[in-house]
Amino acid sequence: MVEQTIGKSVQRKEDLRFITGKGRYTDDINLPGQAYAVFVRSAVAHAKIKSIDSSEAESFPGVRAVLTGGQVADDGLGSLPCGWMLHSKDGSEMKQPPHPVMAADKVRYVGEPLAMVIAETRKIAKDAAELVAVDYEELPATAMVNQAQEGAQIHAEAPHNICYEWELGDQEATEAAIASAAHVTRYSLVNNRLIPNAMEPRAALADYNPGSDELTLYTTSQNPHLARLILTAFVQLAPEHKLRIIAPDVGGGFGSKIFVYSEETALAWAAKKLGMAIKWTAERSESFLADAHGRDHVTEAELALDGTGHFLALRVKTTANMGAYLSTFASAVPTYLYGTLLAGQYKTPNIYVEVDAVFTNTAPVDAYRGAGRPEATYVLERIVNLAAVELNIDPVELRRRNLIQPGDFPYQTPVALEYDTGDYEASLNKALERAGYADFSSRQEEARSRGKLRGIGVSCYIEACGLAPSRMAGSLGAGVGLWESGEVRVNPTGSVTVLTGTHSHGQGHETTFAQLVASKFGISVDDVEVVHGDTGKLDFGLGTYGSRSLAVGGSALSKAADKVIEKGYKIAAHLLETERDKIDFDDGEFRVRDSNQSKTFQEIAFAAYVPHDYPSEELEPGLSEKAFYDPVNFTYPAGTHICEVEIDPETGKVEVVRFTVVDDFGTIINPMIVEGQVHGGVAQGLGQALLENCVYDEAGQLQTGSYMDYAMPRADDLPAFSVDTTVTPCTHNPVGAKGCGEAGTIGSPPAVINAITQALGIRDISMPATPEKVWRALGAGRAHV
Amino acid sequence: MSAKSMSTESMSAKGSSSVTVNLKVNNKAVTETCAANTTLDELLREQLGLSGTHIGCDTSQCGSCTVHFDGRAVKACTLLVAQCEGAEITTIEGLGTADNLHPMQAAFRECHGLQCGFCTPGMIMAAVDLVHQEETLDEQKIRKGLEGNICRCTGYHNIVRAVATAAKKMRN
Repeated sequence: MVEQTIGKSVQRKEDLRFITGKGRYTDDINLPGQAYAVFVRSAVAHAKIKSIDSSEAESFPGVRAVLTGGQVADDGLGSLPCGWMLHSKDGSEMKQPPHPVMAADKVRYVGEPLAMVIAETRKIAKDAAELVAVDYEELPATAMVNQAQEGAQIHAEAPHNICYEWELGDQEATEAAIASAAHVTRYSLVNNRLIPNAMEPRAALADYNPGSDELTLYTTSQNPHLARLILTAFVQLAPEHKLRIIAPDVGGGFGSKIFVYSEETALAWAAKKLGMAIKWTAERSESFLADAHGRDHVTEAELALDGTGHFLALRVKTTANMGAYLSTFASAVPTYLYGTLLAGQYKTPNIYVEVDAVFTNTAPVDAYRGAGRPEATYVLERIVNLAAVELNIDPVELRRRNLIQPGDFPYQTPVALEYDTGDYEASLNKALERAGYADFSSRQEEARSRGKLRGIGVSCYIEACGLAPSRMAGSLGAGVGLWESGEVRVNPTGSVTVLTGTHSHGQGHETTFAQLVASKFGISVDDVEVVHGDTGKLDFGLGTYGSRSLAVGGSALSKAADKVIEKGYKIAAHLLETERDKIDFDDGEFRVRDSNQSKTFQEIAFAAYVPHDYPSEELEPGLSEKAFYDPVNFTYPAGTHICEVEIDPETGKVEVVRFTVVDDFGTIINPMIVEGQVHGGVAQGLGQALLENCVYDEAGQLQTGSYMDYAMPRADDLPAFSVDTTVTPCTHNPVGAKGCGEAGTIGSPPAVINAITQALGIRDISMPATPEKVWRALGAGRAHV
Repeated sequence: MSAKSMSTESMSAKGSSSVTVNLKVNNKAVTETCAANTTLDELLREQLGLSGTHIGCDTSQCGSCTVHFDGRAVKACTLLVAQCEGAEITTIEGLGTADNLHPMQAAFRECHGLQCGFCTPGMIMAAVDLVHQEETLDEQKIRKGLEGNICRCTGYHNIVRAVATAAKKMRN
């Protein structure tokens, strides 16, 4: 009997190659005779392109070609599409101005690609790119989200730079509840703009074989099939069956590698046009300029409460920055991944949210870890905390009074979602205990004796993951279905090759999915190999984002494995000369009930491929099954984050001294991997709350364009984390999993700010709460004493 | 560390100067000629095929390219190849193999100190040097010591555990 590993912290199968330097990332791959591309990018935020003179670059020794946005247009390539159609309150479609692969007539953000230089070496291409002379006719720039509607118009199609004006919920009931409420808390906030910064910069290597008309693109993608669909059906780069996209080892994504970008598209186009292999690898400064950014909301919110501290209504008005163009999923992030989450864990009967999405002369903004849900959680968990302070109720007690209780499920929120299951108070209680919440005042006293200010902050989050039921996604405007595919190929010797349409770029799918399938068959994890990230190897798949891989992709694999077992029963029945219903499958053996006759999983596999004694009239040979799984609902991970900070009033420096998380992710397959996902997610949330901030000046120049200016969390900025779970399995997928990839980033920022504001005795401080801001807040506080 | 004199310098046909250097990489003597402005990370990746050393930034901030130069951790992107004459360079590929892992490599796996794996080689090389340099290590010293290496996936929690675990094994 092979030991089964569901719920066990199996060491990762993928690690050996990474720790020995044998990972194979896109830039590690080279093809004979490959050339190198460097992009010429706009130096200004908003301008007409009067002319591009590339003659000097073209004659530079070693340069193969200089291609411009004009040539892209001449070749008839389509625009880069946005995959989610939104409608405004008045029923009109969102404005979707063309997003050219490279700019031809006009540039709309600093860093926008407008030409590419292709040369024998990277250095030559880079030197020659400096020689491309662009003559701009500069236009006034609209860089600030809160000035977008009055600023210079960026696209002819979008008056006042408005992309859409969206709403959700019952406006009338919400306003009436607010008007008659015993108490209304009001809050204005900015959700700071972030740059994802996966450690591997984007890269691509494109190769074209004119003999077979096959175009191959190796690239840093979280979803190669989706990229292929967009590049073929919309951009019309090649027929779908002639384009193969391979996303090998990918060094982190956090959303930023979901999207179909200009550079990878232009590279594939150039490889086909010139008939050669071409590589492009972004420098970090290019990642800052041209990766899709995240967040960037300006919001006003009102929370109405009755005289007993029960929530009556929430009204939210947000302006969301789309950047200069609509990136692949940009429109969905501040709407269906934001407005729908504003109920949080609470029974708020009336909610109304309005979102104005605007264009600015900045890089496109799209999904970044959490994508809309961190923004929603921040609004809610900050305003609830403020209400508690205003009403002089303990913030935990106020939350408790309003929590949805286990008996309330399935719970229909006023903002479209139906939560399937959960026990929010169980997570809250466990987190309070782990965090030593009851003893906080003694630690605060002790800190005060050392001249330090301590604060503690709580945040209760919920997220909608497992994207997504295709019917629901379609009715909300998605251009694709969001099911997932899985294939389980049992090899003749009984080892198993698993193919998944999801993509692993740090999440450990090669291990978790192997555990899942191995446990189904009662075989060793070592006998299961997981394959992903290559459109040439597997069926269509939707990729990895929205904490969907196990909940959706794992469910597809679970179904495929069940089909294999079902066929195994039939083969076993034939070999054991009995009926299918008299056989049990357990611990890797098909056994005839009440007898000592059995066949191992491996024997069944062998018989399927060497079918000498086989029910050939009823069954095809072979043992390989596919499944497609379309979720019936979102999954709803939820939990509590508690942050304890200590502030040095002399310097304003905030130290996170304790950070406690209790999550409910449903069924957990590998706790070690899940904890790692939480650690990393919390680190990014603490980064947003304390360190990270993307800044453009009024002319649209990026001020935070390197690690010298954009403060990434480093080891000495962060604490050790205290992480635990509660479990209510998802009720509607076969794995019971809810997803864990984004929760850390979603729950943590308001916990940090709640802790800091409590320590300082102030109402609010904006993110990131840098030492300077904290120090000034202390000064302001002292001045009012 | 001081820059060493280069053994030869010449002008290539295209007018940019090139250098030829003799150095040891992962215990193997190599002689390489490259453009004078080539950095060590470029030499390792593009000429020697040692793709385990990664390039994560262009301002010497991220530490993904950390290797050992005469036994000390350096960011390979900050060194010109011309400064490496006579140097002994160790990359992640020279630290341990799949069959014979260095304790630091083993600890990163055991403690789940990596996710996407991109920062990992540089992080491991920096951590090995940290253990060599510090007689004793606690959590705060490890966190300070790894301040020059950015990881976006792990939140450092398990990296810190891995370094502490490996340090014990390395000292035994």
